[in-house]
Amino acid sequence: MAELLDLPEVLIIQPPPPFTSFESDFTQKFNILRAWESSLPLDQFLTTHAQSVQALLCHVFTPVNGDLLRLLPALKLVVSVSTGANHVDKAECRRRGIAVTNAGNAYSEDVADMAVGLFIDVNRIISAADWYVRRGLWSSKGDYPLGSKISGKRVGIVGLGNIGYEVAKRLEGFGCKISYNSRSERPSLSYPFYSNVCELAANSDALIICCALTDQTRHMINKEVLSALGKDGVVVNIGRGAIIDEKELVKCLVNGEIRGAGLDVFENEPHIPKELVAMDNVVLSPHKAVLTLESFKRGSEVMIANLEAFFSNKPLVTPVMD
Amino acid sequence: MDSIDVFMQVPTSISAYLEQELDKRFNVLKLWTVPNKTQFIKDNSSSIRAIVGHGGAGADAELIDSLPNLEIISSFSVGTDKIDLKKCKEKGIRVTNTPDVLTDDVADIAIGLALAVMRRLCESDRYVRSGQWKKGNYKLTTKFTGKTVGIIGLGRIGKAVAKRAEAFSCPIAYFSRTEKPELKYKYYPTVVELASNCDVLVVACPLTEETRHIINREVIDALGPKGVLINIGRGHHVDEPELVSALLEGRLGGAGLDVYQNEPEVPEQLFGLENMVLLPHAGSGTTETRNAMADLVIGNLEAHFLNKPLLTPVV
Repeated sequence: MAELLDLPEVLIIQPPPPFTSFESDFTQKFNILRAWESSLPLDQFLTTHAQSVQALLCHVFTPVNGDLLRLLPALKLVVSVSTGANHVDKAECRRRGIAVTNAGNAYSEDVADMAVGLFIDVNRIISAADWYVRRGLWSSKGDYPLGSKISGKRVGIVGLGNIGYEVAKRLEGFGCKISYNSRSERPSLSYPFYSNVCELAANSDALIICCALTDQTRHMINKEVLSALGKDGVVVNIGRGAIIDEKELVKCLVNGEIRGAGLDVFENEPHIPKELVAMDNVVLSPHKAVLTLESFKRGSEVMIANLEAFFSNKPLVTPVMD
Repeated sequence: MDSIDVFMQVPTSISAYLEQELDKRFNVLKLWTVPNKTQFIKDNSSSIRAIVGHGGAGADAELIDSLPNLEIISSFSVGTDKIDLKKCKEKGIRVTNTPDVLTDDVADIAIGLALAVMRRLCESDRYVRSGQWKKGNYKLTTKFTGKTVGIIGLGRIGKAVAKRAEAFSCPIAYFSRTEKPELKYKYYPTVVELASNCDVLVVACPLTEETRHIINREVIDALGPKGVLINIGRGHHVDEPELVSALLEGRLGGAGLDVYQNEPEVPEQLFGLENMVLLPHAGSGTTETRNAMADLVIGNLEAHFLNKPLLTPVV
């Protein structure tokens, strides 16, 4: 066991799924303090076993706030499994001199693939048509209704960060015309920039929500924006449910004020508005944009790289700059 | 021109645009509206000067021979496998199709099918609707970006599929009648080799005698238990019973199909499989594209009867 004691210690309160999928990659390099396996209540476990722990690897369900940090006096690094690290009180960490890392780009490609998949599905009615065929209706009832051509559509990306950029690149391959709204313009990109999301909607056939959920973006996609998008417009959301005023979205869909929606996220997961269940012009997805083995592998690699950098006093790979 | 008899065997589309436009210009004989089809063809055989066909209904030698005054077959499709082209050439009958206008839509569906299969979009949509999400998260699915896409047939549609897949950083490989060295994609001289070296295999070639059952057991086994087959060509490109047994036995990772051997019949054994996506021959199925296809059909017929050059002749 001498080798185990030589490995740097990393505390995990609840194992994030990428850790579980690639556990041996972690245990080869680190001595994992498994709080979730202990029968002790958490605070007792921490005061007994985690007083000298410098690194915490955490799930999105582990809120990293003052209450937790009080119990970890030696903590210097929080490694979050997620891109947003919204479960981490970054101000509190900064105050205590604790660095925070996130997943960086690890999931961007898979999330972008999901956004494009939902976009194609809504426009070409793939899921609804597949269900139609499986119920034997193609032979008994005849051809399925026509969809809407994707090539040439004006797509408005809301939030042109890593994910938004990956989505834009992909849709250009389909001949879509890309424009965007973002916190700030990205002058190195040639896509037209709109400083407000309503204007973006008015000039787009579809909106793809790729931004983070913040106080500014909560319910940003509201009645005004959906109205501007119009009755031939489509919304795809792979950001967070609360970026869209869900009640308003449902109303617009029910009244035919927008054409359709592809949603991977909702305001009150895993519950969805019951009106959506019977609609053919929406595609519903259970918050699974990052759920591929490949993205878990990338996520694990980023987390390990940050831990290794920390323990060898090198610059962190994906520090959260706020 | 409304004295010209134009024969149609089946309605072409869920949108009536083509029929409306044909009705405005010609006397359209609609086979699906009459009870005794054989008699109807006999009764009208000498007046029919044009046929409007589509992907599923063309004109075989027998039909062509029974219409002595047939001058042109205008197909509402890019595929002309259901038309006896040799016979048409012999008898001087013109044939037109609808290339280019549907290239984008069909290529879009190919990528849409690949994403839907690999990321289980249809299956997880039903997972949410049926309330299963409340019981637990969905499982992991397979990444599409970066996977090798193999294309059979690098014509207009094949090239459009490649362009889209490249935007997902997918390496592109292909099999074609002839190598195309001007393209920087990897060429394989046989379909089996292509299948062995790709993750997603897309059928995008025309259906001919040579390409019938181009996807056979050997190719399916080479594609393998992690491979995904996407068929946006014709049902007869694939040995359908072999495909079904490979999927049921887990020898093939998954499939996205838009076409089948005997449309609209789809093998029922596929209905319960979650690694499949089944579309009702909807490759060109958008209002915009079907209207553009209809305009080409009408344009070709008008050109012919006005003795002008055909817009998109095949023969």
